[in-house]
Amino acid sequence: MLITAGHIIRFLERVAYTMHTQREELTQLDANIGDADHGTNLDRGFAAVVSKLPTVADKDVGTILKTTGMTLISTVGGASGPLYGTAFIRAAGVLAGVETVNPEQLVAALEAALEGVQTRGKAQRGEKTMIDAIAPGVDVLKAAQGTDEPFLAVAERALAAVEAGMQATIPMLATKGRASYLGERSIGFQDPGATSSFYIAQALFAMLQEAVAQAEVVS
Amino acid sequence: MKKLINTVEDVVKESLEGMAAAHADLIAVHYDPDFVVRADAPIAGKVGIISGGGSGHEPMHGGFVGKGMLDAACPGAIFTSPVPDQMLEATKAVNGGAGVLHIVKNYTGDVMNFELAAELAQAEGIEVAAVIVNDDVAVKDSTWTAGRRGVGTTVLMEKIVGAAAEGGANLAECTRIATKVNDHGRSMGMALTSCIVPANGKPTFDLGENEMEIGVGIHGEPGRTRMELKSAREIVEIMAEAILTDLPFASGDNVLAFVNGMGGTPLIELYIVYNELAKICAAKGITIARHLIGDYITSLEMAGASITLLKLDDELTRLWDAPVHTPALRWGA
Ligand SMILES: Nc1ncnc2c1ncn2[C@@H]1O[C@H](COP(=O)(O)OP(=O)(O)O)[C@@H](O)[C@H]1O
Ligand SMILES: [Mg+2]
Repeated sequence: MLITAGHIIRFLERVAYTMHTQREELTQLDANIGDADHGTNLDRGFAAVVSKLPTVADKDVGTILKTTGMTLISTVGGASGPLYGTAFIRAAGVLAGVETVNPEQLVAALEAALEGVQTRGKAQRGEKTMIDAIAPGVDVLKAAQGTDEPFLAVAERALAAVEAGMQATIPMLATKGRASYLGERSIGFQDPGATSSFYIAQALFAMLQEAVAQAEVVS
Repeated sequence: MKKLINTVEDVVKESLEGMAAAHADLIAVHYDPDFVVRADAPIAGKVGIISGGGSGHEPMHGGFVGKGMLDAACPGAIFTSPVPDQMLEATKAVNGGAGVLHIVKNYTGDVMNFELAAELAQAEGIEVAAVIVNDDVAVKDSTWTAGRRGVGTTVLMEKIVGAAAEGGANLAECTRIATKVNDHGRSMGMALTSCIVPANGKPTFDLGENEMEIGVGIHGEPGRTRMELKSAREIVEIMAEAILTDLPFASGDNVLAFVNGMGGTPLIELYIVYNELAKICAAKGITIARHLIGDYITSLEMAGASITLLKLDDELTRLWDAPVHTPALRWGA
């Protein structure tokens, strides 16, 4: 299975579509424990990404992801703009000049993306942020490396881990981001950033399904 | 939602256009990326002072651009921190060769976006320093959390550091004075209502007829605790107690008392708050040497108020008294 620039473009379009349709849900989650703008921020940012895609559609995967990250930083604002922007730029670093991505490269890129979020935001696991959704998914992908489990099956387990990580933010006490200002009152609400990270993971999984299905048709 | 707007998408832009139309003698507005800049910028040899943050807090920050205060302000979307492109372009526009100071309120988003901008500006050879405002005593401080929010002290810092820069202080001096203001300032806010972010169309939280939120920030978010509504006297006691014990302020101190409206509270109520605050300070032997009362750092149409106390010394008092001429704050000029 190989992921092409075309797959990445459709992945980004899918993310933009989800951020648009889930905009109100994400904003409501942010209204509970933040400032009611997460959905609006990401809808604005990924819409800007989609409008930039035609200028990079014929470029390598690294260039597409770097443009995505820079566009997010320039249009999202808030905490999630620099965090997601850095994540995409770090992934782009791993995939610089790459035309087709194999599973090992994809895992390395996701690992770099997670590291980028951690470096920029200085949050650890358990602080009720997007890291609590992303990190368990990356764990699953890394643990399965070198085994003969089909990559799509691994990815499905990783997606389930992201979803569980997102839900696990509900009982957490926020110690980073705006939700931390609420202290104990942050307990009992799902973190908006962990939720948007789950949607991105869903779109990634859909991209892998598409890439695998196409590989089967070809072979 | 009932608001005096044309379209939700154009709220920030059209308001900036209005400011530009009204105050062309003091400021100019640059679009894409958006920033408000002093009409006479850059001023050769003067340190540039920049702040920024989400919109919805007017007159902060754009209303404080002008002689003796800010050189530029970067307005984000409503309650959303601005993006690095804005601070980078504003930094370049106000750089008079003496460096630029960024005044950043302590919100994760603001801090990260300003950091990115500072890195980019430094890469272009501009000397940039940053001071973080974190004065909200409602938030428990700790080295492993996001820390305290920046609220009312921001306005006082912008005035005082703006005066220092206008008087020729260099970047290190401006940074020292800004840090002193932050170290000497403490705030706390409360809300009687939430507010409606135009893009959402409904209040961020619901508050019962007999309830209030204590320890709110400036983004229409809920506070530390919800309580039964009390008299102004009792509310000010709670807030003053939290502020006074935090620094702590002591008998013999001179302070600047800043009673700020959140946007939906009439001046008649703010004076009741000031009256209670003045009585408490007098009883503790604290002298209110300067004061500021009115809507300066707001949360759209939220009803509520915040109190900021800044411990004054001769330097801070002199800089506070120095002339200022901006759309929202003017004296001596
Ligand atoms: N330090 C951090 N590290 C990782 N993620 C963070 C951090 N601070 C905030 N977040 C994430 O950002 C989300 C909020 O994003 P958003 O609402 O767009 O920005 P803001 O909080 O500035 O309004 C949170 O739900 C959380 O997942
Ligand atoms: Mg938010």
